[in-house]
Amino acid sequence: MDNVKSNQKRIHPIRFLKSRKGQRASIIILFLLVPMTLLITFTYLPFEKMIEFSFYKMKYLGRRTPVGFKNYIDVFKREDCFRALYLSLYYMGASLIQLVLALYFATILSFKVKGGKFFKGAIFFPYLICGIAVGFIFKFFFTRGFVLDTVLQAVGFDLDSLPRWLSDTRINNISLAATSVWRYMGQNMVLFIGAIMSVDSEMYEAAELDGASKWQEFKYIILPSIRTVVLLNLILSISGSLSAFEPSYVITGGTAETATYFVTMHVLAHNTKKVGLASAMAIVLMGIIILVTVAQKLIFHFIFDNDSDISKGTRKRMNRYLKKQEGGNTYE
Amino acid sequence: MSNRKRRKHYSVKQCIISFLKYFSLIFITFWMLLPIVSCVITAFKSTQEYNQTSVATLPKNWFYIENFVTAWTKGNMGRAFLNSMIILVFVLMGSILIGTMLAYILNRFKFLGNGLIRNLFLFAALIPGVAVQVTVFSIMTSLNLVNTLVGYMILLMGTDVISIYVFLQFFENISVSLDESAIVDGASYYTVFFRILLPLLKPAIVTCMILKGVSTYNEYYMANLYLQSEKLKVVSSSLYTFTGPFGNQYNFICAGVIITVLPALIVFITCQNKIYNGLTQGAVKG
Repeated sequence: MDNVKSNQKRIHPIRFLKSRKGQRASIIILFLLVPMTLLITFTYLPFEKMIEFSFYKMKYLGRRTPVGFKNYIDVFKREDCFRALYLSLYYMGASLIQLVLALYFATILSFKVKGGKFFKGAIFFPYLICGIAVGFIFKFFFTRGFVLDTVLQAVGFDLDSLPRWLSDTRINNISLAATSVWRYMGQNMVLFIGAIMSVDSEMYEAAELDGASKWQEFKYIILPSIRTVVLLNLILSISGSLSAFEPSYVITGGTAETATYFVTMHVLAHNTKKVGLASAMAIVLMGIIILVTVAQKLIFHFIFDNDSDISKGTRKRMNRYLKKQEGGNTYE
Repeated sequence: MSNRKRRKHYSVKQCIISFLKYFSLIFITFWMLLPIVSCVITAFKSTQEYNQTSVATLPKNWFYIENFVTAWTKGNMGRAFLNSMIILVFVLMGSILIGTMLAYILNRFKFLGNGLIRNLFLFAALIPGVAVQVTVFSIMTSLNLVNTLVGYMILLMGTDVISIYVFLQFFENISVSLDESAIVDGASYYTVFFRILLPLLKPAIVTCMILKGVSTYNEYYMANLYLQSEKLKVVSSSLYTFTGPFGNQYNFICAGVIITVLPALIVFITCQNKIYNGLTQGAVKG
């Protein structure tokens, strides 16, 4: 009796694995194992630890002292922390200019232009350059008497009247933000071109027959069709500016009042090893980013729901409904 | 003659518009290329030439490659390229396998927690990477993964949310009846995935390889944190070491910059359209 039972136990799992149901369970577990482990260990565990660390005065190694909310208070009180967020205004301004320029060149390059492929490539290529290389290129570019100054002198500026682009605190943040326009404008442009190209070309022909001007074509055909991509990029660029990091980290190393919030945080965490304070800074910024994202999503929805077109939400609901009807794309 | 005929079709207004169009294009292209071109010019100058001439003067000898040799050896670029290649191969394979497997499960199977997992990945995209590194560093330390290629590769594989969305979207468009007919014929889920679906996903895989390849090759922040030993330097982090020894000798630094940018340029020229398409697809993650 006992023998039979254990026999059954031994056979059962194997038979179960061979059955459809067992196979289903095994593939779900097996295929989810790696991604979920990675997601939890490198995103959610750090996230949880960050919250924990933010209540301690601590370094990576050694003793920890709980300090309550002191780190959070410090984030708002310290000169170098919260005020650094004000720098992100420069990057926000830059990303708005970047979007407008990208939109302009995307509109031009979506239609027949002599050498269009070359122009598109030249504008896009900076996006593929590594951040460190961009840093060196612009350190060289902005150095006193070098590239930028030479060009400006050639068009009639006097070297003495030109500022020191990277150390003059009145202008250096603008210089840094400009480098990010240089780097990312092409990427935005390619995205916009993709969206414009997806518009049915008959629309343009019809508009031309009706005698529409280029501006009218832009306003009534192009803009509505790429609104989603533009708004998406707007959202991304605003949260991107809040977490601006690269230009100031690589080009100036955060000197001369260019240390953005993230650069300050990086220095606190990895150089001065104030891990608790850095964690608190990270949490505060993340809170702000999430708030901003949610607010933008709401505005986004508001704009879409005010339209006569089918709004995104309704479309989603419709899709869900249709899927239920058809049984969706999942197995029975 | 024919030229004059064609001109007649253009009104003055159109001429101005067309002039402005090309003027703006040339203007922006000038500023886009200027930083790179000035780097190229400087990279071919000997130190003496660099010190004496202005940035705008062209180098005397366009075949002066001494700077490149110095940059290559001092920056230990051979080693760096090898490391970067190893990382690129494994990270691309790993993240594509992980991404497709996850998307397959999330798209094709209905089970408790499916929605939760999707949302977990979505929320993860909101957490800014640099911020989490503060504590990821302490986790990596306790796992003994600091200063190992493996640790760095695992880290890069785990943080890829965009490709998961590209794959999910792609699966939506592959009809489930295809899988079902194979299952009726006795194929297991594994066979369905590896033999039927994975080949069909090729366009999405190319997209993700491009996006992930660019970001992996250019990644330097984590490389600086986690690959500090000399032997483990990748291309971007070796370039970073140029600040110290070369100081303001921009002829060497520019040569180093060009060495690292060249592979990107070659890839860009050979598969321009694929890169553009890849970007456009990657962006519509909704």
